[in-house]
Amino acid sequence: MIIRRLKAFAAFWYDFIVGDDWRVAAGVVAALTLTYLLAHRVSTAVWWVVLVALVVLLPVSIWRAVRSSR
Amino acid sequence: MTGTALFVAVFLACLVEAVEALTIVLAAGTSREWRSALLGVGAGLLVLAATVAALGPAVSALPLSGLRLFVGGLLLVFGLQWLRKAILRASGNKALHDEELIFQTQLDAARTVAVDRRPLVGDWYAFTLSFKGVVLEGLEVVFIALTFGSNQHDIPRAAAAAGAAVVLVVLLGLVIRKPLSRVPENSMKFVVGIMLTAFGAFWGAEGAGARWPGGDGALLVLVPAIALFALALVVAFRRRGAWTSGSASVTTAGVSA
Repeated sequence: MIIRRLKAFAAFWYDFIVGDDWRVAAGVVAALTLTYLLAHRVSTAVWWVVLVALVVLLPVSIWRAVRSSR
Repeated sequence: MTGTALFVAVFLACLVEAVEALTIVLAAGTSREWRSALLGVGAGLLVLAATVAALGPAVSALPLSGLRLFVGGLLLVFGLQWLRKAILRASGNKALHDEELIFQTQLDAARTVAVDRRPLVGDWYAFTLSFKGVVLEGLEVVFIALTFGSNQHDIPRAAAAAGAAVVLVVLLGLVIRKPLSRVPENSMKFVVGIMLTAFGAFWGAEGAGARWPGGDGALLVLVPAIALFALALVVAFRRRGAWTSGSASVTTAGVSA
């Protein structure tokens, strides 16, 4: 009973934060990790990393959703 | 700029969520019992207030760079979710949000359930339907208000924006007494998705150690650039006649954002 409730609680927060496509969340985490590593190891501008991730993740996620709905 | 953007983003997000919660509460009150439905609203608001009281100080206590990395990342994931759904809707690949249809579906579902009396609550179904509606829709607002407010060190402004939207929707609901189907929810969600994504990208990257060219001024480029990109994706993925507003997705526990 308790485990079932804990699973439901975890499932709710997973759905709330991660949503329909976990790849987007994973991509954001990867992009921010890369930004952090580059920002602390090289002296060049690294603000573009998150934008590149956004430009790749959003259309790919939409394309997958469109493809699966057809 | 960021103060105004904070207010606009929180106000719009809160407005659309409040409209959705109002539809559910109206369905519970109209089809079942108003007293139980309103008790559900009160209990839901208490849960949301407790969440803000617990999370607000905890989030504000984080150091700024850690806060921006953590909250910016969450906001970016959350914003991309909103934007993804908004683009799918605008391009015809997902059903548009239709408050009239949702209201009717909730009414039909509510009428089939037998009355279950509990201590203090005359109709448990009406109570839980309202409670879930308020908590589920309200959590998104709490999240957005807390993340924007804490990052800008201006939780009062975020709270004022959220409060103004709720008051507006409640007043309109009292006057109209039916779902606020004329509120352009789908367009507003598109705008909120753009704002959440832009601010999430900005704060997340800054928290990770990146320095944006032009500092805060980068947002003046980031917001319209993401808007243009999202509109380009709508055009690229446009599909004709696949969905109509009459095929909106609805469940008795709530409605997908």
